[in-house]
Amino acid sequence: MRSRWKLAGIIATLMLGAGVFAPGAFAEDAVSQEMFTVNNTWMLVATFLVFIMHLGFATLEVGLTRAKNTVNILFKNTAIVALGLLTYASVGFNLMYPGDFGIELFGGGFFGFAGFGVDPGEAGQTIAYADGAYTYWTDFIFQAMFAATAATIISGAVAERIKLGPFLIITTIYVALVYPYLGSWKWGAGWLDAKGFYDFAGSTLVHSVGGWGALAGVLVLGPRLGKYVNGKIKGIAGHNMPLATIGVFLLWLGWFGFNGGSVLSADPDLVSLVFVTTALAAAAGVVGAMCTSWMVQKKPDLSMILNGSLAGLVGITAGADSVSVMSAIIIGLIAGILVVVSVLTIDKAKLDDPVGAISVHLVCGIWGTLAVGIFGDFSFMTQLIGVIAYGSVAFPAAFILFFVVDKVVGIRVTEKVEIGGLDVGEHGMEAYNGFQIFTTD
Amino acid sequence: MKLVIAYIQPERLTAVKQSLFEAEVTKMSVTNVLGCGAQGGFHENYRGADIEVNLLKKVRIEIGINEEYLQTTIDAIIKGAKTGTIGDGKIFVMDLAECIRIRTGELGKEAIG
Repeated sequence: MRSRWKLAGIIATLMLGAGVFAPGAFAEDAVSQEMFTVNNTWMLVATFLVFIMHLGFATLEVGLTRAKNTVNILFKNTAIVALGLLTYASVGFNLMYPGDFGIELFGGGFFGFAGFGVDPGEAGQTIAYADGAYTYWTDFIFQAMFAATAATIISGAVAERIKLGPFLIITTIYVALVYPYLGSWKWGAGWLDAKGFYDFAGSTLVHSVGGWGALAGVLVLGPRLGKYVNGKIKGIAGHNMPLATIGVFLLWLGWFGFNGGSVLSADPDLVSLVFVTTALAAAAGVVGAMCTSWMVQKKPDLSMILNGSLAGLVGITAGADSVSVMSAIIIGLIAGILVVVSVLTIDKAKLDDPVGAISVHLVCGIWGTLAVGIFGDFSFMTQLIGVIAYGSVAFPAAFILFFVVDKVVGIRVTEKVEIGGLDVGEHGMEAYNGFQIFTTD
Repeated sequence: MKLVIAYIQPERLTAVKQSLFEAEVTKMSVTNVLGCGAQGGFHENYRGADIEVNLLKKVRIEIGINEEYLQTTIDAIIKGAKTGTIGDGKIFVMDLAECIRIRTGELGKEAIG
């Protein structure tokens, strides 16, 4: 009797030992349990840093639009985070990281889907899942935070005149299906990854995808009333510069997690480098925008330098880990110049983008992606192919969504609601109740 | 000399200014006010409870004008402000006892310009 229990105990211990040590035992540079915890902790910190970017987007958009539409902006930004997280759990994560691609094209994975819902499986929560870098749930929640940011980019461009319901439908579909599917081409180890295309933290995958959506929305929706009158561009000023500034600094703060977490471990060399390239590119973006704005507009425009820092951040996002610090500064500087020129040009083209989303995310997202081919050890041609490939799917997909929803239910509010403000018209409440805030435009 | 006080819908301000400029009336003073007349208020809903708002935002324009220009001014305001719906507003005309230009000390008709 006693000997049988002793035998069982020995076997149990051996199996336990095999289970714990086996994965590490086969790898040369096995990550210790301690390092696993360190890596995973950093990844979770990065996750909530990316999360706070949503507050940044919300406050920035509020600051750059009119007070009568503030509730609507806040509502859209809150809803998008929720819908983004939930759809990523239901379908997005497994669309972006299918593992096996069912359809192959252009020399690599073109479409794959690993099933609905999220499930760590047997090894998901162990050190074996990602060689001790993070667990399955960390992987999921980190990537889920990224997903909602693509949809949020659109909300700024279509602000002040889009109907809430149609907006939610369009962006939910975009973030649930289009964003993750396109993401699988590179981060999901699809065909562009096989080609050698490089996008460290998402200049193309997140920012340009959001930017193409924003462009499609702006085109289908049309400009705000009173924006383009008799061939002239009328400025519609934002109502709260402090909030806009708070928003940009929250975004900059969150970007340390956005880029820092994209290292996908707590590797001291890479994470510290990425922190520096990220921060200095943002700084150079501010300076580039400041100089350009001061020269072109005669007086330096705060909203332009705020956009400038974001432009620098978007610009470095593709290559934060693979360009020199000096290159990062140059990339950021050029992004800052580009964003000012772009905002003015897009306005001249009669495309009304209240917050400059297209200029910051699409234009600078493309710049950042190409810059990796210029300043990093990657092929410029491949980067260009990637940019074109993403544009050729993201833009038509978004355009079709906006166009069809517009034809079926209409995406634009009535003139009465647009003049009176979406807060009262769409939500039946005011953002600043008790304050007498007057708008005559 | 007359003082014209007009209460209009805020979103008509741009149109009213435009038609006043076309009538060569370029001097005015604009303030924000809350007001009500025949136009009913609107309902807001806050966390399940109704809020009734019946003081609505209006814009008040004051123009000091010489008698010859009175009718053109009134016509211009109406042209810009009228939409045909309740809430278009009202125009009051008062007698103006004196007008002084601060910079030069001119009085009366010259001061109004």
